[in-house]
Amino acid sequence: MIRNITIGQYFPADTVIHRLDPRIKILIVFMFIVSLFFIASFYPYALILAFIVLTVKLSKIPFRYVLKGLKPLWFIIIITFIINVFMTKGEVILELGPLNITKEGIRQAVFMALRLIFLVIGTSLLTLTTSPISLTDGIEKLLSPLRKVGVPAHELAMMMTIALRFIPTLLEETDKIMKAQMARGADFESGNIINRARNLVPLLVPLFINAFRRADELAIAMEARCYRGGENRTRMNELKLNRNDILAISFSTIFFLLIILTRYIGIRGIL
Amino acid sequence: MIIKIEDLSYIYNQNTPFEMKALDNVNLVINEGEFIGLIGHTGSGKSTLVQHLNGLIRPTSGRVIVDGMDTSGDKKNLLKIRQKVGLVFQYPEHQLFEETIYKDIAFGPINLGLNEEEVQQRVKKAMESVGLSYEKLKDRSPFELSGGQKRRVAIAGVLAMNPKVLILDEPTAGLDPRGRDEILGELKKLYEEENITIILVSHSMEEIAMLVNRIIVMHKGKVAMDGKTREVFKEKKKLEELGLGIPQITQFMREYRMKGNPVDDTVITVEEAKNELIKYLRSKGND
Repeated sequence: MIRNITIGQYFPADTVIHRLDPRIKILIVFMFIVSLFFIASFYPYALILAFIVLTVKLSKIPFRYVLKGLKPLWFIIIITFIINVFMTKGEVILELGPLNITKEGIRQAVFMALRLIFLVIGTSLLTLTTSPISLTDGIEKLLSPLRKVGVPAHELAMMMTIALRFIPTLLEETDKIMKAQMARGADFESGNIINRARNLVPLLVPLFINAFRRADELAIAMEARCYRGGENRTRMNELKLNRNDILAISFSTIFFLLIILTRYIGIRGIL
Repeated sequence: MIIKIEDLSYIYNQNTPFEMKALDNVNLVINEGEFIGLIGHTGSGKSTLVQHLNGLIRPTSGRVIVDGMDTSGDKKNLLKIRQKVGLVFQYPEHQLFEETIYKDIAFGPINLGLNEEEVQQRVKKAMESVGLSYEKLKDRSPFELSGGQKRRVAIAGVLAMNPKVLILDEPTAGLDPRGRDEILGELKKLYEEENITIILVSHSMEEIAMLVNRIIVMHKGKVAMDGKTREVFKEKKKLEELGLGIPQITQFMREYRMKGNPVDDTVITVEEAKNELIKYLRSKGND
């Protein structure tokens, strides 16, 4: 039912991609996102697609599983698509009353939809191949130079770990409460939008109460194990870069630089 | 017969790497008036099975027929099925949501479309059958109550649907001995006075021995054993192989018998054992 959201869900395996240093993976994803916004024509998307396919193949995650991460976002993608189709000015190819569909509109719509899809797939590949713990280790390490200017790197990382950690728990809980209320005749699937919103009360109230209760318990459990923030905290597995990490980051840097360059010289210029 | 399960199989996350067969070709008939204990190791498929009985989960293959209605048939029947088969989940107090106890218990009957008067009667009766005072508690918030009382409110919420079959998934988990005994006592009373069929999922062999008249043992998604309470508890070895056991008192009587005291070792409750021991010790004293 609602179990098909893969964002934040780690897909355990032992592959080259999984073993990469989380810092490297975060940096690559960062470059990936930045370069996506530099893309101005369709050709570089082919390269991005090739990059994604290669990563997915190497990480041995089934494609179907990666695509499932898009499911909850279809709505947004479609809305963006529709807005772009109708709101872009240009050469009119079809008139629908006050609305015009333009050639540029269709191009723009497909373009933006692809950007969104790649954005989601690229970022979910990070969380699919990196366990929440190493992910936050990576974030913490990357942010730690900023501690000097007052950025609470450890605290931010810890908050993220906890948030990521609880996504599946909350989903399971939602599923359970939904079922419990359905067993009492609740209906979450039919009715108009106002009724549907009202019907969510029996789901949301217990969900929030349980989330607060969990937060309380977690805080106590952490205190019981003497957690008091990041100061002087050592770690069991220190992050160390190896040859694969260097290779991956070098390759990616060159690759994404090329992608960004396509904006300025055009793909034909490079080839 | 009230529920019939035919060749039921269920697979979680089908076609994903997390695919897991939770139920494997289960065939069962549940008759009216039975008090069934459903036991099995964690992950044996008990919870998946009970969720099939009121159509919360639909079979991957096979059929579940409740009172003549197929749970994977017409969706309009689902509400009727859920009214007939009430399901109390584990830790049901986590699903309370209303401002007052009355409103929370009334949630089910209102969903059934009953009028105000009927709803009120149902709530009152449901509260009384779980030992909550209607007058004193109806306007209080369910969140002010103790754990055991919250759980009773949640059970009352299901009872107010007037189910013919009541399924409870570990209703005593996490309760203190008194709360546990009270809830079990109320279940017993419900069974005896209201003539409803009860399915009790539990890890406590003592609870099972005290209440049920038939035991179904699940193992790896299959029905491993199915029979009268006493018969099932005779098979200590098989139960232990399945990660379960027999009531402690039965274990005691077996060992006592092995020490050379010819007592009946098929007793399953403390009460029975007491009578048996008195009988035995008296006859021994007379020799």
